[in-house]
Amino acid sequence: MKAKTIKVDVLARVEGEGAMTVKIQNRRVTDVKLRIFEPPRFFEAFLRGRKFNEVPDITARICGICPVAYQMSACHAIEDAFGLKVEGPLRELRRLLYCGEWIESHALHVYMLHAPDFLGYEDSIQMAKDHRETVQRGLFLKKTGNAIVNLLGGREIHPINVRVGGFYKIPSKKELASLAESLKSARDAAIETVKWVAKFSFPAFERDYEFVALRHPGEYPFNEGRLVSNRGLDITIREYDQHFAEEHLAHSNALHSVLKDRGAYFVGPLARYNLNFDRLSPLSQETARDSGLGSVCRNPFQSIIVRSVELVYACDEALRILDSLEMPDAPAMAVEPRVGVGYGCTEAPRGILYHRYRIDEHGLILDAKIVPPTSQNLKTIESDLWQFADNNLDTPQDTLQRQCEQAVRNYDPCISCATHFLKLEIEREPEPADSAGRKCEIDAED
Amino acid sequence: MLVIGIGNELRGDDAAGIVVARRIRERHLPGVRVLEHGGEGASLMEAWTGAQSVFIVDTVVSGSAPGAIHRFDAAREPLPAQAFQCSTHAFGLREAVEVARALNLLPTRLVIYGIEGKSFAVGEEISAELEQAATRVSERVLGEVATTDLAP
Repeated sequence: MKAKTIKVDVLARVEGEGAMTVKIQNRRVTDVKLRIFEPPRFFEAFLRGRKFNEVPDITARICGICPVAYQMSACHAIEDAFGLKVEGPLRELRRLLYCGEWIESHALHVYMLHAPDFLGYEDSIQMAKDHRETVQRGLFLKKTGNAIVNLLGGREIHPINVRVGGFYKIPSKKELASLAESLKSARDAAIETVKWVAKFSFPAFERDYEFVALRHPGEYPFNEGRLVSNRGLDITIREYDQHFAEEHLAHSNALHSVLKDRGAYFVGPLARYNLNFDRLSPLSQETARDSGLGSVCRNPFQSIIVRSVELVYACDEALRILDSLEMPDAPAMAVEPRVGVGYGCTEAPRGILYHRYRIDEHGLILDAKIVPPTSQNLKTIESDLWQFADNNLDTPQDTLQRQCEQAVRNYDPCISCATHFLKLEIEREPEPADSAGRKCEIDAED
Repeated sequence: MLVIGIGNELRGDDAAGIVVARRIRERHLPGVRVLEHGGEGASLMEAWTGAQSVFIVDTVVSGSAPGAIHRFDAAREPLPAQAFQCSTHAFGLREAVEVARALNLLPTRLVIYGIEGKSFAVGEEISAELEQAATRVSERVLGEVATTDLAP
């Protein structure tokens, strides 16, 4: 018997470099492999021997989409080692910066990467031709997020204004206040976004996931909280390594994270939402309810709605911060290096980002561990594909292929923290070979 | 006038655009703004907003010899999908240019130089071929800049 193979050598619209194989034999899915060519291990080695204050800027280079997340997790981990707690206005400004990154990242994914799947377009270029105003709304949202990151981050691309203990320079109250006007329009645009995506049609698909996210006593989580799950996990960040493990698999350069003795888990907007609905602002909750979303959502295809609700939240929260902000006395707290191990975990747009550093008496990094959200979701993405393909064996090959790609994009996988291309391959037996997929003849991975 | 060098210094030949941007910045040309950029498309669109003449330099992979130089008049014709498909960004330079074209948001003049790269390993230095090509592209861009009206 000959296996049927559909090859998508370039899975478009994911931030990443990797390949996917789904194997179907005798009307059964027999194998799913997500292969990632991931460089974060390089950064862990690269950080050894560097001074603690270089870490936020070095780790920010891991990802062009979520540099703020890397800076925040790094700062919190190092501050944890030094016994430093950043509070008050500086904490609020960090939260504001994180709002900016969520807005940028979510707007990009919802409008440019994920929406074309639901509207039947090959990509955002085709979609822009027919939906000019909608795409412009997405670009406006993205721009509003950029403006926050530019102002607080100090420059357009790789923010350089974040440091252990706070910031290098604080913008003036007037500069900060100038963000408010476009944020109000952005909040309206985000509400429109929720209404728009809620009307898409979603494949019926739910699994019994273990969702993992931060949970804070009074806030929807960005920088702080305990790590909790819907199956009883409730730990401090310092306990992360006792509960989570990374498995190395032959087919991937990326490590697959698992909860010890339990296996795959789910991080990102859906996990945050399901574990923290009660912490969303009243407006965000109302927008979610009006869209027909309950307080729990288990269909990963609907993550686009949840991501859009988080856009509303991030705009709303940014406005709340600006409205009540008192200016800090100094741009940063005094930092006294000391020997120790520090742990940090913050909510990157795609889910929890864990950092751990061991630091010597001179403030030099002895070793580093970085676990990006995408590697924590890899095993869950594989399981989704397995189940989804199995549920849809009678779906025509090209539709199934497209839906499998869409299923990967549900997670907004960012393998920039690891990547170039994601290649998807479906092998099906016993039908004859077919090569309906797209092919990238130029491969920078050589 | 705006010159944007796209790339990542930490990934071998991907640094070529950044190298070109720095060579041009060193000349301190009046009326010429120079940006180093990571290549994320939506922020590229913002970066060129308001500029009439824009030159962009990026590394491409199209099967030519390493160091080969491609020039695209992007305001006049669409960018070839293949050469720009291998961006690390899902919404990268090509997507930004083509979405901007659909929305009538392209600069009046948009010239894109692609330098054929070979090795993109993390932590590697730019290769000698690409370093030389970056020098040639810097000279070509400077030549074009000199003959372009100093519009914003």
